[in-house]
Amino acid sequence: MTSLPDMTTPNVAGLARDAAAHARPVDVPTPDAGQEAVFEFLLRIGDNALILGHRVSEWCGHSPVLEEDIALANQALDLIGQCQLWLGLAGEIEGKGRSADNLAYLRDAWDFRNALLVERPNGDFGQTLMRQFLFDAFHIEQLRALKASADPRVAEIAAKAEKEAAYHLERSADLVIRLGDGTEESRARMQAALDLLFPYTGELFLDDATDEAVAEAGIAPLPSSLKPAWEQTVAAVLDEATLIHPGEVYQHKGGKRGVHSEYLGFILAEMQFLQRAYPGATW
Amino acid sequence: MYAQLVKSEGAKSRDEMSPEEIAFQERIDRGEKIEPKEWMPEGYRKTLVRQIGQHAHSEIVGQLPEGNWITRAPTLERKAILLAKVQDEAGHGLYLYSAAETLGVSRDELLEKLHSGNMKYSSIFNYPTLNWADIGAVGWLVDGAAIMNQVPLQRTSYGPYSRAMIRICKEESFHQRQGYDIMMKMAAGTPEQKAMAQDALNRFWYPSLMMFGPSDKDSVHSAQSMAWKIKINTNDELRQKFVDQTVPQAEYLGLTIPDENLRWNEEKGGYDFSEPDWSEFFAVIAGNGPCNKERLGARVKAWEDGEWFREGLMAHARKEDARRAAAKVAAE
Repeated sequence: MTSLPDMTTPNVAGLARDAAAHARPVDVPTPDAGQEAVFEFLLRIGDNALILGHRVSEWCGHSPVLEEDIALANQALDLIGQCQLWLGLAGEIEGKGRSADNLAYLRDAWDFRNALLVERPNGDFGQTLMRQFLFDAFHIEQLRALKASADPRVAEIAAKAEKEAAYHLERSADLVIRLGDGTEESRARMQAALDLLFPYTGELFLDDATDEAVAEAGIAPLPSSLKPAWEQTVAAVLDEATLIHPGEVYQHKGGKRGVHSEYLGFILAEMQFLQRAYPGATW
Repeated sequence: MYAQLVKSEGAKSRDEMSPEEIAFQERIDRGEKIEPKEWMPEGYRKTLVRQIGQHAHSEIVGQLPEGNWITRAPTLERKAILLAKVQDEAGHGLYLYSAAETLGVSRDELLEKLHSGNMKYSSIFNYPTLNWADIGAVGWLVDGAAIMNQVPLQRTSYGPYSRAMIRICKEESFHQRQGYDIMMKMAAGTPEQKAMAQDALNRFWYPSLMMFGPSDKDSVHSAQSMAWKIKINTNDELRQKFVDQTVPQAEYLGLTIPDENLRWNEEKGGYDFSEPDWSEFFAVIAGNGPCNKERLGARVKAWEDGEWFREGLMAHARKEDARRAAAKVAAE
């Protein structure tokens, strides 16, 4: 794209030819996964960002120290921004004219595809941080892999989001370590948070038919392929934090196929209130 | 803004001043900035601590009425804008607490005074945000009133405060435009949206006028602050300016300012308008506004619930120091 002053150049035709020669084709060929599978995959990643962003934003003005208010607002902002990109692309691929806002505000809980982990309540600040850490360690691996996606639109969004997720992980891992290896109370709280949330991590790495279809088309990695790196990060951080790894425990699942906890309905009731109460209004 | 009823003594006459005080006043009169390590009268320091502290508290309490709508913002874009705005407010709090620290008072001390009710924050944040247009009205009117007061404070005599205000004003004027943008959408929207916009204006108009503080004739603490250039304009001057600026903006929106006495006065070149109900103002300041208990309660809860977190981080830092010291001993 040329900068604005260049648009006044006398040789407009030449400029246009030049721009056309370097432009990416407008119709990006969707690789060979069925459209539905790609749409579904984009909802999963977009809904994770939306629902976690919502949860994090609930802290605004209520966190333990001013710097945390700032950091959490920033993180929520990153996640909402990512959700706009993922859901925007999902709507485009679906081809039914639905925007990111339509998808965020006008679907009911059973159509949401986020993992159960991100809809867990904030709890105390330790639970919020632990949820973030367990998710960030997965998110970074997912985005790194997506940078090599066969769909350039996916790769582009992933490249942008990866920078943000790397910072999120640096921050959440650092705080988990400090609080784990802090006072007796902070350690107990972090251990309790870990034990509470660990049973919701397994779902992040489950493969299903959708995952297999998009992986086969080279659009996204198989979730199970991300697990070893995640395990490594988690083990190293928990070790430094002096926290005890919960080991093999029962793992809940359901979010990514639309079977959620009771919490999601309340999140949506709050989030979607204006769009539902005043249909058709523009804001 | 956000600093109402900041107490200071009456202005001293030149005869009552010590030679140091005279030299100090002359520096201010010449427009010089006073910097942290330089000599200053104790009254100047105290007044500034109160004013900057109150301003900082207002920024962080001010997160709450707007934060109230983050989870309910009607579009993803509005949600992102609101999050960014509330984050800015927290950032303003941070600069201002830092400016206060240069006067020898820590953030924790100031917070303790806020939590125990010994320091105030702006009365405006004790009003609730009841519909989405309130988020527009807060940006348009509350930030608008704040800017009116803060623009002159960029020239205030205390260097760190003045520099903080320069940065804050840039962000605040952005917030005001964002607020007005919401109002434009609402006023031009469905009948329900327009009704929300009018309702928001009805509720925020007089509390916004109160933000400038009581009328000059009742404001006994201004003279010394003005001599020290901690305060630049009088309350009434700023209130008049705010009304003159805001009335045409409301007309553009097609909204009605809830004041039957509002009319243009050709002679003074400004609007005549009704005074707010000052008994309500003093009731809110005394703790009886619609949300005083909730606002302060939320801040105290955040602080108390977060104690283990802050303690944990401090304990970790001490352990790290000890480990480093031990490693150093081992190496020697």
